[in-house]
Formats: sequence, structure tokens, C-alpha cells
Amino acid sequence: MGGSYGSTLRYKSVERLKPVGKHSLIGASGEISDFQEIMRYLDDLILSDNMWDDGNSLGPKEVHNYLTRVMYNRRNKFNPLWNSLVLGGVKNGQKYLGTVSMIGVHYEDNHVATGFGNHLARPLLRDEWRENLTFEEGVILLEKCMRVLLYRDRSAVNKLQIAKITEEGVTISPPYSLKTFWNFSAFENPTHGAEGSW
Amino acid sequence: MDVSAGDLNAPHSMGTTIIGVTYDGGVVLGADSRTSTGMYVANRASDKITKLTDNVYMCRSGSAADSQIVSDYVRYFLHQHTIQLGQPSTVKVAANLVRLLSYNNKNMLQTGLIIGGWDKYEGGKIYGIPLGGTILEQPFAIGGSGSSYLYGFFDQAWKEGMTQEEAEQLVVKAVSLAIARDGASGGVVRTVTINSEGVTRKFYPGDKLSLWHEELEPQNSLLDILSTGSPEPMVS
Repeated sequence: MGGSYGSTLRYKSVERLKPVGKHSLIGASGEISDFQEIMRYLDDLILSDNMWDDGNSLGPKEVHNYLTRVMYNRRNKFNPLWNSLVLGGVKNGQKYLGTVSMIGVHYEDNHVATGFGNHLARPLLRDEWRENLTFEEGVILLEKCMRVLLYRDRSAVNKLQIAKITEEGVTISPPYSLKTFWNFSAFENPTHGAEGSW
Repeated sequence: MDVSAGDLNAPHSMGTTIIGVTYDGGVVLGADSRTSTGMYVANRASDKITKLTDNVYMCRSGSAADSQIVSDYVRYFLHQHTIQLGQPSTVKVAANLVRLLSYNNKNMLQTGLIIGGWDKYEGGKIYGIPLGGTILEQPFAIGGSGSSYLYGFFDQAWKEGMTQEEAEQLVVKAVSLAIARDGASGGVVRTVTINSEGVTRKFYPGDKLSLWHEELEPQNSLLDILSTGSPEPMVS
């Protein structure tokens, strides 16, 4: 939930997970003003979809594709929306999870991430993700990843939300904080006998 | 995929928050414990308060390499000085040795330092030696990137003639506030208290610090929150 300004942790309660229509959820990283603009585009998209009043509704795959087009076309005009996006959802029993970057690179996978998550979380997920995790197991796994990111990413703040998307719809948790662990004996006096080191 | 997730080959920098405070009888030095290479936290439990002699310690900020080499040279010189003098070095001498290195190599070094210690002639003293090699004896000194967030705080909270407990609490609170807002500072708060009786190191892990604005009580997991049937269910 952090919104940094250079190295200052300026805003500490920015909601970066938003529902999109009935079936999808978007998560954004990067420039918050550009994310807010993307939300305006998506709100217009969903509105138009609803105005057809034809019983159909845009699913996560369609929304992801729309976002990909938007991001790539902006990149081609040398005026990118400075975000990395994650788009997930469930429609007609089909699960979907995709990502798109500020230059339009896009793909789907069983687990995706933005920023440092690609370096720190994806390896954990490659080892521990499996088909048919329960919600509880998924939360535990995600929290494990988020905790590592909290330790190792300078722009992280200790406040997060977890969202669940099922056929029934989207639910986003209230903001909460994770416990962190510092009581390793190696941390207490690390430079003993090697003054001047770390 | 992402354009740049942090330059992992960037030089190690201790973004840092460092503080030195005098009190009635000695000094308290404090620092955070984050060392970063670009946006990656290379070490989340660093020790930035370095011993120069038994009675003089130094807080290091800026380039990790530059501050280490300065501390190594000064420790070496002070060791010889102590032998030749036949008694512990004064804080002033230690600080001035640091100044000479910082000033004479100002084009090459990028490190801000705070020297603090106790000697029998002057008692507890703090010397701030910022980037160009200026030396300033001060009742308290703050440094590092996190110090930007503390100028107003110290203007309001600093008082002459504090007790050891008050000084330690002030330092811990200040470093903790800076950690809350400076991305380059984080981890644990370390303090070193130096007085006529000797040196005491203390360690305050992240979970022991107060919560500030918009910070929440840490939980083991979301599952604990959900299972207590909290009055704020998941919202959409």
C-alpha cells in the first residue's frame, strides 16, 4: 500500500488493488497518477460493456487484452503509462492471471509479480505453488513472499491487502501489517571481531 | 520484464539515519541498520556504529566503502596515538583525525560521519563531520538521508541536560521516525552509550518500536484476522 516519492515513503495507505467489473481485479505498481487514469479508462470500458445490456460481461482475459493494447500503444508514442499491472479474475469457472508492463510486455501464468516481486517472490512461488491450493494456503504463501519483499525492497511499507476473486465475485481485505523477525543472534553484534565491517 | 527493478551492481550505500546526542554524563549514538545497493536491501541488520577506540565510536553514513576505509585508517592512527600518549585518546583528537581524512580527500569521498565518545577532560562530546570535511562540535548531531525528516523533530524535542534514559529514548524514537519515512533507512535501531563507566550496546528490533501514523499492529497472518470474525469483513 505504499506510494513513494523518490526515496521518501510519502503515502502509506494507497489502495493499489481495485475490482474491475464483476469478474476481475487489477493490481498496479509504479506511477499512481497513471494508475488512476487507467482506472478511469477501465470504468469507461465497463460502463460501455454494461450499456449493451446483452447479458455478456467482459472477463479478465478481455480486460487484460485491453490493458495490453493501451500500454503498448502509449509506449509506441513514447509516452508510456508508468505502471506494471497484474490482472486476475474468474469467469464461468475459468481462472485467469496475467500481467502487463509499461512497455506492453504481457503474459499469463499461475503466478505473476511486479518489480522486485519478479526477483524475490517468483522463485518462492516456482517452488511452492501448486494446482488446487486452498485459499488459506494461498494467503500463507503470498504473505511469505510479501514479508521477504518487506525486508529487501526499499520502497516497501508494512501495510498490505490481499484480494480473493472467485466466481461469486471480488473481495479485498482491509489493510493489515505483517510481523517481522529480527531476533537472530547474528543480528545482535554482527561486527564483533571485525570492527568497521557491516 | 520490468524496466528496472533496481540496479544490483550499484555501489553499496548506507542511505541511513545516524544520530549522536550528549546527555548529562556521556553520549548516546544511534543508527538504523539498512545497507542498500540501488533499491535492494543488501543487509537488513548492518552495524553502522563503529568502534575507533574503547571510548570513541563513530556513526557512518553515505558510501559504505568510503566510511569503512576512513574508520579503518583512523582506528589504526588512534591505536598508535594511544600507545604514544600512554592514556586513552580524547574525543577531540579522534574527531580531528577523521576530519583530516575527510577534508583532504573531499573530491573522492562521499561519507557523512558522527563521532561520539567520552574522555576525562571534556566528558561526553559529539562531533559532526558532514560531506566536505567540516568539523562541528554540537550538543547533538543528525546525519544520513533519514535525517531530513528529523530536523523539525529535534527542534522541538531536544533539551539540554537530559538523563541517560531520556537521551536513549529520544535517539530510538528519532531513528524510528526516520525509518518510517526514509526508504533508505530501515531494520533495527542500534544504540551505543558511552560514559565514564564504559560502553553499552543496545538493539531494538523493528517489532519493538512504536507505531507511527498510518502504521498498523503487525499480525501473523490475514487468516488470524478473518477467523476472529472481525467487525470489518473483506470489502469489495
